[in-house]
Amino acid sequence: MNVISTILQRVLWAALLLLAVLILNFSMMHLAPGDIADTISQSMGGADATVMAQIRSDYGLDKPFIFQLGTYIGKVLHFDLGYSYFYNQPVTTIIFEKLPATLLLVLTAQILALIIGVLLGVYSARNRDGWASHFVTFFALFGYSAPVFWTGILLLIAFSLKIPLFPVAGMVDVTVEGGFIAKFIDLLRHMVLPVITLSSIFIALYSRLCRASMMEVLETDYIRTAKSKGLSNREIVYKHALKNSLSPVITLAGLQFSAVISGAVLVETVFSWPGLGTLALQSIIARDTPTILGILFFSALVVIVGNLLTDLALRFVDPRVRGH
Amino acid sequence: MGTLLKVENLVIELSTTKGVAPVIDDLSFELQAGQTLSFVGESGCGKSMTALGIMGLLPEKVGRIASGSILFNGEDITKATDDRLREIRGNDISMIFQEPMTSLNPVFSIGEQIAEVLRRHQKLEKAAAWAQAIELLDAVRIPDAKRRASSYPHQLSGGQRQRVMIAMALACEPRILIADEPTTALDVTIQAQIFDLLEDLRAQTGTAIIMITHDMGVVAEIAERMIVMYAGRMVEQGQVDHVLSHPRHPYTKGLIDCVPHLMATLTEQRAELTEISGIVPSLAEFGQDTCLFASRCHLANQQCLQARPTEQHFNEQQLVACWRAGEV
Amino acid sequence: MSNFSKPTDSSTSQAGSQTIERARHPAADALGMFVKNRAAAVALFVLVLIVVAGIVGPIVYETDPYDMVWAPFSPPGQEGFLFGTDYLGRDILAGILHGTRVSLLVGLSAALMTVFIGVTVGALAGFFRGWVEELLMRITEFFQVLPTLLFSMVIVALFGPTLTVITIAIGAVSWPAVARITRAEFLRIRELEYVTASRASGTRNAKLMFSVILPNALPPIIVQAALMVGSAILFEAGLSFLGLTDPNIVSWGQIIGSNRPYILDASYTVTFPGVAIFVTVLCLSLVGDGLNDALNPKLRQR
Repeated sequence: MNVISTILQRVLWAALLLLAVLILNFSMMHLAPGDIADTISQSMGGADATVMAQIRSDYGLDKPFIFQLGTYIGKVLHFDLGYSYFYNQPVTTIIFEKLPATLLLVLTAQILALIIGVLLGVYSARNRDGWASHFVTFFALFGYSAPVFWTGILLLIAFSLKIPLFPVAGMVDVTVEGGFIAKFIDLLRHMVLPVITLSSIFIALYSRLCRASMMEVLETDYIRTAKSKGLSNREIVYKHALKNSLSPVITLAGLQFSAVISGAVLVETVFSWPGLGTLALQSIIARDTPTILGILFFSALVVIVGNLLTDLALRFVDPRVRGH
Repeated sequence: MGTLLKVENLVIELSTTKGVAPVIDDLSFELQAGQTLSFVGESGCGKSMTALGIMGLLPEKVGRIASGSILFNGEDITKATDDRLREIRGNDISMIFQEPMTSLNPVFSIGEQIAEVLRRHQKLEKAAAWAQAIELLDAVRIPDAKRRASSYPHQLSGGQRQRVMIAMALACEPRILIADEPTTALDVTIQAQIFDLLEDLRAQTGTAIIMITHDMGVVAEIAERMIVMYAGRMVEQGQVDHVLSHPRHPYTKGLIDCVPHLMATLTEQRAELTEISGIVPSLAEFGQDTCLFASRCHLANQQCLQARPTEQHFNEQQLVACWRAGEV
Repeated sequence: MSNFSKPTDSSTSQAGSQTIERARHPAADALGMFVKNRAAAVALFVLVLIVVAGIVGPIVYETDPYDMVWAPFSPPGQEGFLFGTDYLGRDILAGILHGTRVSLLVGLSAALMTVFIGVTVGALAGFFRGWVEELLMRITEFFQVLPTLLFSMVIVALFGPTLTVITIAIGAVSWPAVARITRAEFLRIRELEYVTASRASGTRNAKLMFSVILPNALPPIIVQAALMVGSAILFEAGLSFLGLTDPNIVSWGQIIGSNRPYILDASYTVTFPGVAIFVTVLCLSLVGDGLNDALNPKLRQR
């Protein structure tokens, strides 16, 4: 009962957050300097006064702001994000075409970063003066300080241009023939560099935090208890200590969803990955308001869903969060 | 009944930033099967180090057994491999700690934490281990044990957590249970319950208990033999009733004089309550070839400052390390 | 005279050293810790060099970063151009020197803005508790779900790519972290005895917040501020890499972005500006680490 009502509360709050995001974005787009009708007419190659008036009434731009906002929110509730005047397609169609690519990149990078980060963190916490520990220290600094687009370009130069191991751009090679497996391998080959680039920042963050929290946990009384029970080192580290040191790492990972998406925008640009990031840049340059709003909406949605999942994961890992 | 544990000339060293200090300095004692032995002394006297030394759990890279032996059933466990020690720990010798609030793992249910020991040492299947864990919770008088087994430590009170620790420690019916100040962090009323419980369990299982405490009252209540420690050294050991009625070491006497009701019942006359002035020497002073208590002792003379007191016997089994033991 | 001075000298150096150690100002202690952290000290030195290069560099090295000074893609070290020339034959060294100013300026002012907003929000939330805290933390949470880079890309595109807009766009999305840290510190410190004592003696709220609690909450905020400068620099570099920057001002990210199509022919055109960003941010985080060690009283006792 209690659990369900807490989760319901979280979901309700998430919905409210999303609504607030929607309002902020819409207001920002419509109150910014510049006339949206102008932009639309420019994308049509210029227009005279009558056409401009037509555009204004078509897009509801002649109505009061509050009215426009209400209409927009009403439409979003019906899953209609409007019509892109730049791509000449409904915004939902464009976004659903690009979203999977971004999700694939973002989730793979995030999961990979968590796994590698935790493993590195645990290993280096156990061998404090070993190579892994120095590597984590070095890598944490490097991963945090190197601009992600630069890392991406360097990897691109090294592993697709100088040594042609991986494809230069895109997500799939249309010339690849064969069945599912051949296509899947092709996809993997395209994913390697972007995923490594994007996850490098987060591997750095997670491994450093995981090492610190693991070292702290290994000093606790309950680990001494576990030792006094005659458990093996493996059980002590991977059962008793790991589950305790995961909480801060999961919390951090939850807070990083927004940063992962930011990183994805840059990585997508570097590797011409056909996702929301590339789409965002195009539509921002074209000032395609409905598409921009749609992308902002969806990326906020991804962050919020990510936060909810983090909450659930924390509940799973730490009974104290679950309450009495 | 036979000798279960025989510690001979044990020296445990601790590396500190200021150098290496012997926190346990030449300690010898025996523990018989089923016996309750108590270690007494102020904080920082090396009582807990003895316990951790026997468990093979001295803080890594900081503490080590420098010399001497610990014979458990004739096997020298200071020379045992890590694997062998893990077989002994939790199975033959187990331990409960001072801080019940932090000694249980917060993210596993208490049933699981008990069942784990049974799976590890008794090779029980999952279901059997769980059932046994519930029985153990029942035995340590946790109400509604079946439901409580799925609880997490944060849902329990301090007293209940210590009961869980006891259940865990006694799960494999160990030969020796080491209890390191098991009630210091608990309310006085709960303390009595925990001691009753330990006493009952000992009667049932025949487990020998090493009780570490700073409280003479506790010693009088539950122990048969006692060892008084000061600055890493044994200063006096013997039968509890002998030592309490005729302390031969000024430190022992001081400790006894600190406890009001103890004197009332044992000596049946009210002497003035006293305290031992001064503090336990710092680690840096451990290991000096003098009597380390001399600075706090009103009987101290030149000899006490020049040489470490030798151990001498009184009666049958009372052993004292003091130059002026005859005058106490 | 010489007879006189000798004993005084030895007394201060031997017996006096301990008391001096104890009586030292906490700031001196912190400085000592900071210098002990060799990486942080070196990083600080490099950082000073970078700042000097940013201020003096463009004056001493007069080449205009927008001038086509030589043939495009002339490799580093040849023809007198240390870092070579880009696809339009512009001097990359000049670009990097000018870019230093932009990066440092945007980094510092965005961090300042971040700290200002974050500390204000966090302090109010942590001090007043109740509905104020609830409201402010909800707002903070709201800003945390905004996809930071996308959001600032939109701001910059809408309001024009000037340095001011860029700075505001970065500051607007970065403050929640500072707010959380400040709030946590305030929550901790407001319960301490000296605050209670001060409150009991009738100190006014404003004074309590700014002269009693805030100074004690500063250490983690200062550390965070150092890291914020670094992340603001990365942020600005990201925006200008994407082309969302003032086209009339050279910046590090912009050099990388505009030369990206030619990396096969001239990888150095993106390597050097990237190194500049990397080294600057690296030094800032090392200094942050050093500050953390120096300002953390728990660590200092070890």
